[in-house]
Amino acid sequence: MIEALRELGGYIEQKRSDCVISWDTDSDELNIMVAPSNIASFVDFLKCDSRCKFSTLVDITGVDFPERVKRFEVVYHLLSMFQNHRVRLKVSIRENEPIQSLVSVHPSANWFEREVFDMFGILFQDHPDLRRILTDYGFQGFPLRKDFPTTGYNEVRYDEAQKRVVYEPVNLTQEYRQFDFKSPWEGAEYIMPDDEAEGAT
Amino acid sequence: MDGSKGFQDALTNEQKIRNFNINFGPQHPAAHGVLRLVLELDGEIVERCDPHIGLLHRGTEKLMESRTYLQNLPYFDRLDYVAPMNQEHAWCLAIEKLTNVSVPRRASLIRVLYSEIGRILNHLLNVTTQAMDVGALTPPLWGFEEREKLMVFYERACGARLHAAYFRPGGVHQDLPDDLLKDILSWAEEFPAVLKDIDELLTENRIFKQRNVDIGIVTEDDILKYGFSGVMVRGSGLAWDLRRSQPYECYDEFDFKVPVGKNGDCYDRYLVRMEEMRQSLHIIKQAIEKLLVEPGDILARGKITPPRRAEMKGSMEALIHHFKLYTEGFHVPEGEVYACVEAPKGEFGVYLVSDGSNKPYRAKLRAPGFLHLQAMDHMATGHQLADVAAIIGTMDIVFGEIDR
Repeated sequence: MIEALRELGGYIEQKRSDCVISWDTDSDELNIMVAPSNIASFVDFLKCDSRCKFSTLVDITGVDFPERVKRFEVVYHLLSMFQNHRVRLKVSIRENEPIQSLVSVHPSANWFEREVFDMFGILFQDHPDLRRILTDYGFQGFPLRKDFPTTGYNEVRYDEAQKRVVYEPVNLTQEYRQFDFKSPWEGAEYIMPDDEAEGAT
Repeated sequence: MDGSKGFQDALTNEQKIRNFNINFGPQHPAAHGVLRLVLELDGEIVERCDPHIGLLHRGTEKLMESRTYLQNLPYFDRLDYVAPMNQEHAWCLAIEKLTNVSVPRRASLIRVLYSEIGRILNHLLNVTTQAMDVGALTPPLWGFEEREKLMVFYERACGARLHAAYFRPGGVHQDLPDDLLKDILSWAEEFPAVLKDIDELLTENRIFKQRNVDIGIVTEDDILKYGFSGVMVRGSGLAWDLRRSQPYECYDEFDFKVPVGKNGDCYDRYLVRMEEMRQSLHIIKQAIEKLLVEPGDILARGKITPPRRAEMKGSMEALIHHFKLYTEGFHVPEGEVYACVEAPKGEFGVYLVSDGSNKPYRAKLRAPGFLHLQAMDHMATGHQLADVAAIIGTMDIVFGEIDR
């Protein structure tokens, strides 16, 4: 299994060395880092090549790494029902950097890209209909970015006096509780300015 | 048309005929939840169909980022609430893959057993509500009675009828007593008779056939273009089933057939679902036979699972372990993984990115219904308005998983 994936990874790199930045087979899955400039043609190659035949687009999603220069990672999952294997493509892009849309290659990319746009604000070039999809009509902001608060900014309620639903800024009756259970002995790095040891150094 | 513009003669002064736009939903009995379709109609023929989704969006993926792995598990019950345990399964598989935990044999069998119960739960609901969408009232009443019995089995295993939280990373929460297994077995003996009743009611029913045969035909090209999975694929003759082609858990040792359709229309998908229920029943019986003779532990004892209750009463370490597990939660090694299961609706997958802490850095839930509904425009165009209900039914749309 893993041998076959390695072989496939080598084959793809050799065929499209202009697109593949690097690849690995961590946790028994084939990961390929792809250059953002020609993702669409690369996916098209994967779809048509007889050895790859990645004909089904399984998923497109984004991951936000605010501390990186190239903030977003767009992740594509592809499946071949004919060869029975999967691949994951990853593209790193900067904030406000558009990426090619895959709708012309895989029509199923349409909603996935709308969702990624909705959640992360990543723009897809040549997308036929880049509207928000999951959030409310007229929603502002990009919820799955790490700097977006889980509580959001606006809340809605039905106003008895105005006889309609009104939007208001979020007003929490108590502070939103994010418990941090991390053990001080392992893993967590606490900054304790009052700590004696800290003060001594 | 209303004469206010000085309209005189229809023959000489040709009128402008414009397509009619209607809103289907968000509150419509055939919309299977909160679906708003903006339909453009030419007479009774659908010209364009724009689904507006997200009315049940709860931000599950965002919420998951601030909760521990174990706390996130119940969210999966609330995705596809028709077959809750199948979703949990994907989450557990993802965590187990990343932490390299192997599930004990008995837990694995229990998971198969309950996944198949989930499949029957789902198909019962889908087949019978599909019948309701096209005008029959009796099937849902019969089907829901059986669903009720299955939910009792859910309840007897985990204490909840719907929101089970039964599959845990590393196994299942509790062991099943033998009398429950025997009750499931005796239900499995009786169920084919009920299935036969539904079958007799629908399969050769004239109205049911008129409303389903040759409606919503899916071709192989459509399957690849729109990323279909599950019954939407098998109804068109492709024997693609993750349980068979990419076996997870211990499905490879079970004997079952993968039913496929021929024409890829709504009627074939109905037939496939009926046959899948029979195959699931077959798997259930095999799983129970194995469970009855193979006692054993149901959790991989280690960091990600709680210690035994008895152990906890005597050992300080076990008590600390228990406390830390349910407060801080376990840590998952850094990495990323995609795990998927053959949920009743198709391929349900979880893409999990871990940064080594006790909370997922990012979890993406890949719902099969999302892709199916996306093809709504393609499938409904050219059909009559009444067929829209049949197509929504056959796609097996549940908004819990689509909107997330």
